[in-house]
Amino acid sequence: MSLDTATIRRIAALARLRLEDHEVAQAQTEINGILGWIEQLQAVDTDGVEPMAGGSAVALVAAPLRVDAVTDGGQADAVLANAPDRQGEYFGVPKVVE
Amino acid sequence: MRATDLTLRGALDALDAKAISSVELTQAHLDGIARLNPRLNAYITVTGEKALAQAAASDARRAKGEARPLDGIPLAIKDLFCTAGTRTTAGSKILHNFVPPYESTVSQKLLDDGAVFLGKANLDEFAMGSSNTTSASGPVENPWSRANDPDTRLVPGGSSGGSAAAVAARLALGATATDTGGSIRQPAAFCGIVGMKPTYGRCSRYGIVAFASSLDQAGPVARTVEDCAILLRSMAGYDAKDSTSANLPVPDFAAACARGVKGLRIGVPREFRLDGTPPEIAALWDQGLAWLREAGAETVEISLPHTKYALPTYYIVAPAEASSNLARYDGVRFGLRVAEPDSDLRDLYERTRAAGFGAEVRRRIMIGTYVLSAGYYDAYYLKAQKVRALIRRDFEEAFSRVDAIVTPATPSAAFGIDEKQDDPITMYLNDVFTVTANLAGLPGLAVPAGLDAQGLPLGLQVIGRAFDEESVFAVGAAIERSAAFDALPGLRA
Repeated sequence: MSLDTATIRRIAALARLRLEDHEVAQAQTEINGILGWIEQLQAVDTDGVEPMAGGSAVALVAAPLRVDAVTDGGQADAVLANAPDRQGEYFGVPKVVE
Repeated sequence: MRATDLTLRGALDALDAKAISSVELTQAHLDGIARLNPRLNAYITVTGEKALAQAAASDARRAKGEARPLDGIPLAIKDLFCTAGTRTTAGSKILHNFVPPYESTVSQKLLDDGAVFLGKANLDEFAMGSSNTTSASGPVENPWSRANDPDTRLVPGGSSGGSAAAVAARLALGATATDTGGSIRQPAAFCGIVGMKPTYGRCSRYGIVAFASSLDQAGPVARTVEDCAILLRSMAGYDAKDSTSANLPVPDFAAACARGVKGLRIGVPREFRLDGTPPEIAALWDQGLAWLREAGAETVEISLPHTKYALPTYYIVAPAEASSNLARYDGVRFGLRVAEPDSDLRDLYERTRAAGFGAEVRRRIMIGTYVLSAGYYDAYYLKAQKVRALIRRDFEEAFSRVDAIVTPATPSAAFGIDEKQDDPITMYLNDVFTVTANLAGLPGLAVPAGLDAQGLPLGLQVIGRAFDEESVFAVGAAIERSAAFDALPGLRA
């Protein structure tokens, strides 16, 4: 399957990546090249195969549940230390609501 | 012997014997970095003052008889591990100014064991790449060069290219690295050093900038198998902050290096004999198997029938997870922000991410977004998860018959910095031998075993059962003893 330019623009919008008009054609070529290559997976018979979720080599290892309790907090300065636009105790963003 | 030529084990012995201090050892490495890093670009950030202070504290502990397992050992830390108070960029413009307020679990464990951090090692952006050419801080040069073409600058491999180049060039005794599809083992092979990707879950991922969470795993690179074993023991262990961390005891990996391979059954997967593999690599593989037979192992042909589907599976699973993990870079909470005076929030997101991510990262985010999007999830992502299950099953069946698997580490030696840049898939094929271990969650080690006709190092790979790194180290050390690899790169401290 080959993606058209409208689909390339839609994917970029979903991914929140600004795509300039002159970048669309190259992105289309590259993404279609990669999708064409991964298309070979359709040849594998996977009927009845349980999909592998997670990365554990041992299927039976379950992630443990931790105690549902607050273990950290009160670190506003550390949380905000790298903010591009700190406004007091908040992250600053362009106006969202008029 | 120069201090920078010591192995990590040798340096620990020299420190114990008071033949050298950690301050002297650290200064020798910093001098090498000052001389060679402007060319190699293996370090993004050098933390010389902190390193010397850590070294002085280490010398004081040792003088009091309180030395810890890695006390005074100078290491490079891949710039994907968050280091409290030291900038962590992930090789990306979008994190160019990010100073973590916290320490990754793996680097904290190394500090707790007394290690000295020389600085942050260069890498492919967000660990996406096999050549270290996608870094926003520029490419890393391999300290090795071709005998008949010494002017062509070669890649160190990737993504842990800075870590591997630093260790090969004697700018660190060892380094942390991470491996999602081969990012420890391929650069180790290209730089003539040892790299170990442990079992998924062996090292905590907490505080490591995430790429593909079901594949990412931290591990060491160093110049000997034993040095990697010593480092892994300090790096590994259960961590409640990572829900996929394995709650299992950490064995004495270094002791396993001396076990030998007598009686072990070594699997040789027939599907790894690829058309187009250079004859030198096929010959080295055969040589490695012969060495293991001489050391008392038995070699057995095995089949991993879904091997050919591993890379396409990886290039669905990894971008899918990456597109989700990298959604956090939005120009609001940390890192780069790019906006126009009239930008709304969405425009701020889109401009920030387009400007902050490099071409390869943007490409993978787009692929990942597509394969997870409504209507395509089953055809791509779910299909890939099923094929991944079959790849894991192939290994389970193989490991009912063998104790370890030995293959080539890479399909070629290091290539030129300007080569293989035209088509993404050509670059992806670098990981053809390594990526299956990530998909199956298994430990894999690359060990240098010989040189090609141009004098470049070539490595072999050992894959083991889940949480049986000890057998992997035993087989790797046996190959290392037989190979007696003592060639040196042209550029070194």
